[in-house]
Amino acid sequence: MTRHLLIIFGGLSALAKIIVVTSGKGGVGKTTTSASFATGLAVRGYKTAVVDFDVGLRNLDLIMGVERRVVFDFVNVIQGEATLRQALIRDKRYDNLAILAASQTRDKEALTIDGVQRVLEELAKEFDYVVCDSPAGIEHGAYAAMYFADEALVVTNPEVSSVRDSDRVLGLLSSKTRKAEQGEGTVREHLVLTRYNPARVAKGEMLSVDDVTDILAIPLLGIIPESQAVLNSSNQGVPVVADTETDAGSAYADMVARFLGEERAHRFVEVEKKGFLGRLFGT
Amino acid sequence: MDWMKLFRSERKNSAHVARDRLKLVVMHQREGRGAGPDWLPRLREDLLAVVRRYTEVADDAVHVRVQHDQGVDLLEMNIALPEEERGGSVSKAGST
Repeated sequence: MTRHLLIIFGGLSALAKIIVVTSGKGGVGKTTTSASFATGLAVRGYKTAVVDFDVGLRNLDLIMGVERRVVFDFVNVIQGEATLRQALIRDKRYDNLAILAASQTRDKEALTIDGVQRVLEELAKEFDYVVCDSPAGIEHGAYAAMYFADEALVVTNPEVSSVRDSDRVLGLLSSKTRKAEQGEGTVREHLVLTRYNPARVAKGEMLSVDDVTDILAIPLLGIIPESQAVLNSSNQGVPVVADTETDAGSAYADMVARFLGEERAHRFVEVEKKGFLGRLFGT
Repeated sequence: MDWMKLFRSERKNSAHVARDRLKLVVMHQREGRGAGPDWLPRLREDLLAVVRRYTEVADDAVHVRVQHDQGVDLLEMNIALPEEERGGSVSKAGST
């Protein structure tokens, strides 16, 4: 009995968890979320790799501040032009964190499912978590990013087109992933509501958290307030979670804690809970 | 927050409009996936054509879905009639 349990446990812990950050719609905060989520996991002591799947429009390197260190990329590794070790960029600020950049010049078809699988399996040997930053849309790149996922962060803005696209993506997660195709269970879905503005919600000008969770019907992992801090940190190539003094930074830190199983009440839901700066700058 | 509610009811609440529109769109979107046989979308199209022989309805007026409940497959149809036809604006039918 005990022996069986041990074997099962060992089998599970040897594999990294693969998490796709996806949304359908562009510009809702996928890369911002990928960068902060991966950095947050690394800060908490987990070996984490974050992979940019947006071939042709790479940006994760810029958000992570490693754009000048990209020598080889994801496609180079898939095509055998570089080893994973050569292409992985080890973050200088966080020991546990590594970044794999997307190719800026190839086309999306270069991400073959076999190739992606080989790279993810190799990453899974070294890392506890592999975060896949999906491109926008529901074409090949997005499909490749979600195919091997164990869990998904569905990044959504409280806005009609974003919610509709997120629902489309949820449909794909339940049918077009390896788990779905091979009957290995379901991809665990989490809602990350970004660019939330409680003041506008109170005025009836923006969909509320309840509206969005009601429509999408997946568990809420985090609410990230619309924040000046996001642009400030992307300007500097620092993930916003690095500064937990900021509203968005602390919201991302909370999100990571919840992902790791901690109980944390959602903040930034009500106007009253905004800090002085938030009141001053929130529109 | 109660005074806010009063405030809200006096002006057009665009968030409520957004929520209601989204609910319809998403319901429609979900019919095409996952649960249910693959003839479901065609049934929906046929039903829409039949309803349109009698009255004008929008493209998304007809909803069909199959639910599995305690070992029984239930086919649920929802047909939303246009405003002027109100008298029972939504008709529902279920069959096993």
